[in-house]
Amino acid sequence: MRGGPWFALVAQELRLAARHPGDSLAAVLFFVLVAALFPFGSGPAPEALARSAPGALVASALLAALLPLDRLFGADAEDGTLDQLLLSGLSPAALAGAKAAAHFLTTGPPLLLATPVAAAMLQLPTAAWPAALAALGLSSAFLSLLGTAGAALTLGARRGGALLPLLVLPLAIPAVIFGAAAIEAATAGLPARPMLLLLGALVAAALPLAPLAAGAALREG
Amino acid sequence: MLEARDLACLRGERAVFAGVSFRLAPGAALLLTGANGAGKSSLLRLLAGLLRPAAGALLWEGADALADRAEHARRLRFLSPQDALKPALTPRESLAFAARLHGGGGAPDAALDALGLLPLAELPVRLLSTGQRRRLALARLALAPAPLWLLDEPTLGLDAASVSRLGGLLARHREGGGAVVAATHLPLPLPGAAELRL
Repeated sequence: MRGGPWFALVAQELRLAARHPGDSLAAVLFFVLVAALFPFGSGPAPEALARSAPGALVASALLAALLPLDRLFGADAEDGTLDQLLLSGLSPAALAGAKAAAHFLTTGPPLLLATPVAAAMLQLPTAAWPAALAALGLSSAFLSLLGTAGAALTLGARRGGALLPLLVLPLAIPAVIFGAAAIEAATAGLPARPMLLLLGALVAAALPLAPLAAGAALREG
Repeated sequence: MLEARDLACLRGERAVFAGVSFRLAPGAALLLTGANGAGKSSLLRLLAGLLRPAAGALLWEGADALADRAEHARRLRFLSPQDALKPALTPRESLAFAARLHGGGGAPDAALDALGLLPLAELPVRLLSTGQRRRLALARLALAPAPLWLLDEPTLGLDAASVSRLGGLLARHREGGGAVVAATHLPLPLPGAAELRL
């Protein structure tokens, strides 16, 4: 992996995201709105809400992070940029890794900024907010990696946009389990660290595997 | 420098072409002609290493060119029918990115000047016309030298003045020992080019 072109690609993706702030904003608003739906379903009673809050928080964040994935490679494939990227001398896996990093950098921090809003609507005790931020940060990194592989695999497929969540969400179940468990532990006053470490292990496993899978899919595409 | 031996290409279950062979010396140019769907673009993508040949071999200086595809990619510049431009960026930013992507070589402003785009350097690409976008895509070729240029319909949407600018660019590239393979339906400023009819 050569450093220069890799960072150039990440910087380019960030610049494009800055020119189209609506895309990141849409993901954040989607996150807040999905989180806001849960109180309507389970009733406004604080104890009922607080019980479902951890799962609701992680699930809505993952759904929101899924939104921009559809165009991750699609836009580049349509306008010819993907050919130029594949011919830049970067390996396809490094290229996918740069895309995943850019997706995480453009969706992760905005989601974290909106987490207090969603957490407050779900009546999550403030003592659990640090754990919630850590859990959402790690699980959105996990989804960025998985989603990049999913986006590369569904590239060029008819109805790829509908196929992508079907492919990615089942694989994201472990992130929901450990993420919600970490937040729940913090709510109950227990240490969230073990669950966060497990979540970190998921990210560490996906870090090399997902770009490799995505790279192989791009090469054959 | 580049040699194709009995290349064949499959798209889906259909054979697009088979038995394509040619040799390209430094400074040479090869025009790919043929009806729509004859496989001109597929052959260019195959030469770039973006497609895998169904049969045959592609050799660079006598060795398998596609053994190390990253290495092969660094030898060439590929101009696709799409311009590979982002509407939100300016021409200068687009070229600066292309230069960094190919390892930092080349000055964006000199490349813009070569295609007469310097006055438009700070305008977002979304405001450029079709021909201006094509010129910006061509300006990538002027960034840093690469021995092999693969051009898919390079003059699409260009006016006469821009075609002659491209002619100058192509002539300098060939004088420096570079080779060109171009797919086209229109006459190109490539004197002495061999023609391969697909």
